Parts: sequence; C-alpha cells; structure tokens
Amino acid sequence: MNRMLEILSAGPAVTVQDEGRPGYLAFGLSRGGAADWLALAEGVALLGQGPGLAALEMAGFGGTFAVTEPIRIALTGAPMRAALDGVSLVWNASHLVLPGQRLSIGAVEAGVYGYLSLGGGIATGPVLGSRAAHLTAGLGRCIAAGDRLPIGPDGGAGVGLRLEAGGHAGGGKVRILPTAQTAMFSPEDRARFEATVFRRDAAGNRQGVRLAGAEPFATAGQRSLLSEIVEPGDIQMTGEGVPYVLLAECQTMGGYPRIASVVPDDLPFVAQAAPGDSLRFRFVTLEEALADHRARRPGGKPRVATRRLLRDPREMADLLSYQLISGVTDGGREGEA
Amino acid sequence: MAPRILRMGLAGILVQFSDRLDDAANRRALAFGARLAAALPEGVEEVVPSLGGVYLRLDPLRADHAAIEARLRLLLDDKASAAVAPARRWTVPAVFGGASGPDLDAVASAVGLGADEAMADLVARPLRVMAIGFAPGLPYMGILPDRWNIPRKAGLTPKVPAGGVVVAVRQAIIFPTDTPTGWWHVGQTGFRGFRPGAEEPFLLRPGDEVQLRPVGQEEFRALGAEDPDGGGASVEVVSK
Repeated sequence: MNRMLEILSAGPAVTVQDEGRPGYLAFGLSRGGAADWLALAEGVALLGQGPGLAALEMAGFGGTFAVTEPIRIALTGAPMRAALDGVSLVWNASHLVLPGQRLSIGAVEAGVYGYLSLGGGIATGPVLGSRAAHLTAGLGRCIAAGDRLPIGPDGGAGVGLRLEAGGHAGGGKVRILPTAQTAMFSPEDRARFEATVFRRDAAGNRQGVRLAGAEPFATAGQRSLLSEIVEPGDIQMTGEGVPYVLLAECQTMGGYPRIASVVPDDLPFVAQAAPGDSLRFRFVTLEEALADHRARRPGGKPRVATRRLLRDPREMADLLSYQLISGVTDGGREGEA
Repeated sequence: MAPRILRMGLAGILVQFSDRLDDAANRRALAFGARLAAALPEGVEEVVPSLGGVYLRLDPLRADHAAIEARLRLLLDDKASAAVAPARRWTVPAVFGGASGPDLDAVASAVGLGADEAMADLVARPLRVMAIGFAPGLPYMGILPDRWNIPRKAGLTPKVPAGGVVVAVRQAIIFPTDTPTGWWHVGQTGFRGFRPGAEEPFLLRPGDEVQLRPVGQEEFRALGAEDPDGGGASVEVVSK
C-alpha cells in the first residue's frame, strides 16, 4: 500500500482510534475507541465517508505529518493550531494534503482531544475487530516519530467543507440519568450534585476525569457494595466522596456507587472539558433523553451539519486544486472573524 | 433478596440477584445470563453476567425498555432455569510465597494459619470463576471459606506481574496483565488469561473451575519455558 501517513513528530498521547470494540464487556474489555465519539463522527461527515474508519486522536498536542499521495483530511474535536506548509488551516473543516507538504498540528487551544481524520481512514491491522489503541488493556501504543501509518483507499472526493456548529470544548451543562445506585444517595446530596458547578480536575485521562469543587458526597453502605458492571458516562463516587466520570477506556467493573450516568450525547462535553473548565449536571427523564437521542440520529446516523468553507460560490471552481486550498484557508479566516 | 430490575443510564438494564457476594445468587446470575444470551430480546446488544447480576446493554435507537423489562420479569418467574454445572476445569500450576507471593505470610496470619497451611487451604478445592471483568480476561474466583474474608490492603501495590495470584474478601484473582492493586499478592502462575493476538483471546469463562496446583520454583520455571503463555495450565471438559 502506497498511501501512507508519515509521522515526523508526535505529541505524547497520539493514538489511533475508531468506534472501539463493542461486545466484549462479558470478557472484561471495555469498548474504548475515541474519547470524543462526536468529533470522530464529525470527521466522517466532513469527508463524506462511512463510519468505522480509524483516525488519529491527539490529546493536548498534535505533531507534524507528511503524506505519500494526495490525502483528504478533516480536523475536528478540540481546536489545535494547525498549518499546511506554514499557512494556517481552519479547524472543524476538511482540507487536501499533497506529497511534499508538511502538516503541523500544535497545542490545543481549548478542550483536550483533537482528531485528524483521513480520507480512507488509517488502515493498520485490526485486533478484535478494531484498530483503536486501548492502552489499559495492552492493545496498541502511542504513535511516535518515524511511524508510517497505511491509509485505506478513499472512496470519496472533495474538500472544503466545514462544520455548521463545531466544537464542544469548554465544559458546559450535561444531562444525566439515574443508575442502579442513584437511590443510595440522599435527596439532599442529589440536589447538591445538580446545584454544584464542578471543575474538571487536573486528574483525568481516557479512563475518566475527576470532578472538583464540592464537599464530599456520602453514601450509605458504600464499603460493602458488590462490584458491578460500569460503563462510560457513569459517575462514580470514590471512597473520599469525590465524583469521577468514566470515559471510553474505563474498566468494566467497579465497586464504587454511582450517583448518575451521563447521557451519551453529552459525554463529549465531559471528555473535552479541560482542567479547570466548569461542568454542571442536570437530571432528565429516560423518555426525554431517548427521544432526543433518536432525533439526533435520523436514519440511525448522528446528524452533523456541514457547509462550504467558502461563502462565495464563484471561488469554488475546483475544490481539489492546490490554489483553491489556499483560497479555502483565506475564506475560512473570514468565516472565523 | 428478590431479584430487582434496575435501569442504568440511557441504554443499560441490570437484573440484580444480590448486592452482596453470594454463591447462590452468582450461580443464578450466570444461569439467567446464559438463558438470555441464547435468545436475545429485541433491542438488546449485549448480555453480561457479573458477580451478583446480569447487565444488559441495549441499542437506544430500537430498544423498548418497558417491553424488555416485561420479558425479563417473565423469565425471572419461570423457574425452569437451573444452576449451571461447571463446563470446564482448569489446572493451573502456581508457586506461592517468597518473591512470588510477598504477601503470603501476612495473609496467613490474617486467616489464622501458618503460611504452608494457608497455601494448602487456598488450593484445597477448585475455585469457581464467578465473573470476568475489570480488565480483559480477569477472573473473580471464589467463594473461599469465611476465614478468607480479609479486607484489601490499606495501600496500593504499584504492580503485581501478569499471572500473579491475589486474594481478598473471600475471592482470588489471577491477573492477566501487570496490574496495580490493593489485593494481597500470594503467588504466581505463568497463565495469561488475555492473549490479544490469539485465536481464542479470552481463556476463562464464568462458570469455569480453576484448581491451583502448587509447584516449586524449579518446576515453575520449567513450565514457563515450555509454555510461555500458559505456564503449564491444562483444561478438561467436565460436563456439557
């Protein structure tokens, strides 16, 4: 395969991620996959390709990259400083990278996880049905300088799209649902949980994030609790009474009581909350959350609205030409202003 | 306790047979899980037996929670489900104490026995795999006699190597990978319960029995050299 992504340099936590490995809970393997599933889906929409393709997830910092053939890319998730041969690229948009060009993706400007999706996807060999690194399970590893990643055949064409409403960094309001142990918490503590403006603590990774900013929460009978299945989104109350939201790469069983579970549609806001960002939680009903979940997925796919990067159709002569890519960048800057 | 059906988040339902460690409840959970897995209700993606219950992961796009719960209640009322007999019995060589089990002496004194007697007590009967979870291929095995109801360590051991045998709260675990833990490290096997590249990546299943067979350091090393992933473990099917 000649389509390659060459890693010239990489940040400390760059991994290959896709939708993960559903179906192995009974074997102790959590689904894993992209920490921000929505950003991955946005990459799919910008490139007009099918789901299930692998992308690069970049925690905090990207890297520098080159390609061996013209490759379409999409940049989504936490916005990072990105440039192609020194010309800045619009985030939450698709672009074309040609052999000989250097794509540089720097530090995150907000949020945590940025994504570099590629037309055709990363085509490394799957393990247990997925290409995603699952470091706590010992699957895969971080990407490093000198790596060459194969890219699959690109069935699509065209670049120069951007997200209509991209970005879910910076924390915010998050909907939660009751779970098996919610009733173990007193009504006062549940109300206090909803009323608290939490801060995403410095402690956090793909397994979960700690929430600071509240007095400890008490639970009755916490120490004798039998371990049960846990899932991403579950909010565990640790021994010290501090909440901890589980993310994609969590363990599959846990013995801490859970006060609530984050609605999957809102979990990207938790994953993308950087240390210090505020998070607030609000109980909703299952009916409400399910209706909204379904409404966001017409035809079973997450709805992602995109639009042309250029506002002026006269400038959109040939989306694949190099000249236009420069134009796209300029147009994007206008759009951002 | 009577089984409870509990909703968990957007797409989870837990059928809980016990909220405490209980042999009969675990056997019931495994049997119930097997029955459900054999005929998945519409909208259910995954059935996961655990220590005290069965977790169902639903597809939120097509699952009808109320219909699934009605189906679960019917199945719970149907007394046809008997306990599942162990399908397979593993024999796993293990070396205890010393550098291979630095916590053995402390555990023996907590159990109220000498080190050799504690080890003999631990291997006196096959352990039953009650659940696989936490990490890939990690077995929760038990239930050990009451004297083994020892709490976890106050501190965390940064790393028990893969194959390590740890005990606490009437259970034993063989770690599939290097693992930080609060459990007591009493022995070491050469058994890898998770082999990602292999045709059968997950070795143990809930309901399996595991008989630990004490060996000396020399035999342990020889077994490991011969069988790097299994450490000389063998398995026999004891019933269908």
